[in-house]
Amino acid sequence: MSLLGEPELTEEGEFVINIGPQHPSTHGVLHLKVWLDGETIKKIQPHLGYIHRSIEKMSESLSYRNFIYATSRMDYLSAHINNQACALTVEKGLQIEAPPRAQAIRILMAELTRLSSHQLWWGCTGLDLGAVTPFFYAFRERELIMEIMEETCGARLTQNYSVPGGVMYDVHPNFQNRVKDVMKQVKSRFREYEEALTGNVIFEQRTKGVGYLSAEDAISFGCTGPTARASGVSCDIRKWFPYDGYDKLQFDEIIMTGGDSYTRYMVRMEEMKQSVAIIEQLIDNIPEGDFQAKTKMVIKLPKGEFYQRVETARGELGVYIVSDGAASPYRIKYRSPNFSNLSALSHMATGAKIGDLVAIMATIDLVIPDVDR
Amino acid sequence: MFLKDYFVTIYKSVGSLLKGMKVTGYYFTHPKEIQTQEYPDNRATLQMFDRFKGEVVMPHDENNEHRCTGCQACEIACPNGTIKIITKQELQPDGKKKKAIDTFVYHLELCTMCNMCVTACPSDAIKMAQTFEHSVYDKRQLKKVLNAPGSKLMEGVE
Repeated sequence: MSLLGEPELTEEGEFVINIGPQHPSTHGVLHLKVWLDGETIKKIQPHLGYIHRSIEKMSESLSYRNFIYATSRMDYLSAHINNQACALTVEKGLQIEAPPRAQAIRILMAELTRLSSHQLWWGCTGLDLGAVTPFFYAFRERELIMEIMEETCGARLTQNYSVPGGVMYDVHPNFQNRVKDVMKQVKSRFREYEEALTGNVIFEQRTKGVGYLSAEDAISFGCTGPTARASGVSCDIRKWFPYDGYDKLQFDEIIMTGGDSYTRYMVRMEEMKQSVAIIEQLIDNIPEGDFQAKTKMVIKLPKGEFYQRVETARGELGVYIVSDGAASPYRIKYRSPNFSNLSALSHMATGAKIGDLVAIMATIDLVIPDVDR
Repeated sequence: MFLKDYFVTIYKSVGSLLKGMKVTGYYFTHPKEIQTQEYPDNRATLQMFDRFKGEVVMPHDENNEHRCTGCQACEIACPNGTIKIITKQELQPDGKKKKAIDTFVYHLELCTMCNMCVTACPSDAIKMAQTFEHSVYDKRQLKKVLNAPGSKLMEGVE
């Protein structure tokens, strides 16, 4: 018996292999214990904790302004959206709302983050399945978005741009021109993406029918984001519980019903186009005014519990703050999308071949620091 | 029937491969479209954006005067104890004592570049510099004292 109580060897001919924590296809320190019968997967047990930094506990000793920076290190590919979620929760507790200009800037940044995150995912999916070139094409466009981030927020990944009450500083004077320029380029590259990978027969055969997840299972495992929407579950927080003025924007929630890896791929490809559409609606209509609402130097939330959910690039992120009236939170809990999506992995991969596991993991789009926090 | 499917799949695969190769072939024949920075070689001409958060610095003017009053707002705003300010009581010309900074210690190895100290500062004494390549062989070099030796508070800054 091992530490977690599962038997090391069960039947004759069945054997256990460990994938990770240092494996190129696990994208971080994910450790999967896989029970195999020949090449067929019988069971998967993810082992977590390799990158646990106790962000939740750490936040209990930090003030309401200071705990936000740590959330950039959770899902580092949607860093801005994590910061936005925390800022929104604190604003909910203070019963204030960010000025319209700050809300518009936040949405623009969130959609740019989503776009760059999906581009990185597209490149890495190709890389995992044996196509090296998409990785370079994806990073070429992602670099342009990173430059927008660098110019306005001052950092490429861990921006810490959203603060309670708005954003830290106004957008760079060059912001609008640069975004319009980049969007023009990104839009013209979508056709290239599709020619290079989507229609490829090898890619289709490796993903079609692989890793099926039904709508019922997606709900019962708590899957959110593109993983659940590919199974036909409508779960876009931007549509269901709009925040920061998403309800004023025109965009579609992408729902497909295939449930396999190929459908998850197609959902993300369509979501990229929707993100571009949102950015194009907003970039010429950023309202004038303040970029930050007035808040006190030391923020104190009233006694109570506050919850805010947002849609990150991978699904629903929930921030739950319990306040006892002091200057720092009594308890913070993050409901992270990757943790729930990872729980469905064993169910999706059972019965598949070991080579398919890479395709399934790639299309769930796991970010391990978000699983462990 | 099986044999027919087999050959149809091969035909389609070759077709889709060629379609993908068309994209890569375009870039192979158009080297001007490649967007690569040859990083270590362009170090001298590399310009960072003016908001880039490289490290915290304290600007001094030509009289070796800074704007830091020692109010410790940045020390409180810092999430992980990167900044330590040691203050002293300075004798003013009129005989009164006034709080002033002795040393402004900044730990670059702890800093997460969150910019909270810069926004907290009421007198614009510190700012973010656009430096990069901070790696050194000895970590003691990362502990920096930001106020220059012999410097004093700029006049008119409260």
